[in-house]
Amino acid sequence: MSSTPPLRGDSAPTLPSVDASAPQRAGTDFPGRARIGERTLRTDRWWLQPLVTVTVLGIFILYTGVRIFMRDYYWVEEYSYLTPLFSPCLSDSCAPGSSHLGTPLPELPFFIPLPFLIFPILAGFRATCYYYRKAYYRSFWLSPPACAVAEPHTRYSGETRFPLLVQNAHRYFFFAASLLLLINTYDAILAFFPDTGFGIGLGSLILVANVALLWGYSLSCHSCRHITGGRLKHFSKHPLRYKAWTIISKLNARHMQFAWISLVSVMVTDLYILAVSAGWISDLRIVG
Amino acid sequence: MSYAAHFRVWRGDAGGGELQDFSVEVNEGEVVLDIIHRLQATQAGDLAVRWNCKAGKCGSCSAEINGRPRLLCMTRMSTFTEADTITVTPLRAFPVIRDLVTDVSFNYVKAREIPAFAPPKGVAAGDYRMEQIDVERSQEFRKCIECFLCQNVCHVVRDHEDNKDSFAGPRYLMRIAELDMHPLDEMDRTKQAQDEHGLGYCNITKCCTEVCPEHIKITDNALIPMKERVVDRKFDPLVWLGSRIRRRENV
Ligand code: SF4
Ligand code: SF4
Ligand code: FES
Ligand code: FES
Repeated sequence: MSSTPPLRGDSAPTLPSVDASAPQRAGTDFPGRARIGERTLRTDRWWLQPLVTVTVLGIFILYTGVRIFMRDYYWVEEYSYLTPLFSPCLSDSCAPGSSHLGTPLPELPFFIPLPFLIFPILAGFRATCYYYRKAYYRSFWLSPPACAVAEPHTRYSGETRFPLLVQNAHRYFFFAASLLLLINTYDAILAFFPDTGFGIGLGSLILVANVALLWGYSLSCHSCRHITGGRLKHFSKHPLRYKAWTIISKLNARHMQFAWISLVSVMVTDLYILAVSAGWISDLRIVG
Repeated sequence: MSYAAHFRVWRGDAGGGELQDFSVEVNEGEVVLDIIHRLQATQAGDLAVRWNCKAGKCGSCSAEINGRPRLLCMTRMSTFTEADTITVTPLRAFPVIRDLVTDVSFNYVKAREIPAFAPPKGVAAGDYRMEQIDVERSQEFRKCIECFLCQNVCHVVRDHEDNKDSFAGPRYLMRIAELDMHPLDEMDRTKQAQDEHGLGYCNITKCCTEVCPEHIKITDNALIPMKERVVDRKFDPLVWLGSRIRRRENV
């Protein structure tokens, strides 16, 4: 006898039993369901979004993958521009002047990228981000490629076990990445104060815009929303946190936009500094 | 301004079936459900379809239109061109009974598995007191019309029948979130959500949110906050330690 009373005289419904060991086909044609046969009947261009995601994320991964192994062109001494991908630069291998937090680390052999400590934090923050998870589960892992389009996998356990269980560490990446962002903010301010005094160049404006977008991305984070107020049961007892939660929730609704724009802005900022530092272009100076 | 539209409607039962072609009149201002009714009245008298309010409020007429889970009564014909072929099938995650009607009892089973609202002991039903800002947050979830479109589209069970035992689906994980956020509910629902109702299966790919006719932000406002609460309880040593030291439960 079940302990819950039946609803309105109905007998309690039960799940049809399924032989879980039976070989399963990918798709929706399980015994008992309407036998339709097609993986999807969608007629719109559902494959476009995953395609764009793979392309843009792919470009970003390739670009940063190559870039962090380059040991040059990440610092423009003249205007004190430091690319966010290398900040803070912590080893004796760093270009003179580029490491304003000092160099606690010795010279690094050529096969260790200069940002080997910070890059995993930045990459981990994005990789465990709730939005990026959606993006790459859909587009790289096809799980599902789009809504109501059957995924190719025959078994699925989601984020219930290792390694995907690690996604739950997202808030730690959020804290660590926020610390780095404070340093990036400092870098952006320094970009107005090169050795020659005060100055404004296109580079310093790009650095500021990039930092602003990165703050938008970090503050709109779901973990940030949870920490500021989301975990509370009684907003009425915590008026300030409630207020903060309300603001973060508004930003949070734009998290996807921040994720994409800040991804591109990091690449653009780095590319600009690379181009100036390598002498391909000269910085457009507005003041100084 | 009427025209003849090309419809393909799935007809059959658990034993098998097929998409049948129809040419059917469409008039200005009609929705897909009107066309299905016209088919019943003129060409396919025994076509089975479930509906009730024709106003997007009862959640009965869920089906799939051109492969997308939709309410038949809320899909306007004006969203298609006269040249479009419109394919209508039953929900593909649940057993079919006949034609467009499926057996959605999976959802009733899951609904019953969620423990009910657990108010503080000794407080009678008429004496519940709570503040508006404390209940506000979960009120969004009460807009649910139980159309089960989200349950149907969720790939965890749609593509994997074997997960039906361990996964409650977005609608019922949202119910758990609603209770967990309720100012008077005293049960700890986080472990339950993870261990018994399969929150970990959800990979936050947001199809439930995409199809919800009530535009409830299921993933952003219920599932992700619930995942964060689970992290507090199960995975985050610092929060766990903090709650031991400060002994503050139920903040
Ligand atoms: S977000 Fe989660 S619950 Fe919603 S459809 Fe996707 S996997 Fe299912
Ligand atoms: S949450 Fe939305 S999609 Fe899911 S059953 Fe309720 S109304 Fe339907
Ligand atoms: S950064 Fe995207 S959810 Fe935290
Ligand atoms: S008939 Fe009630 S929702 Fe469509």
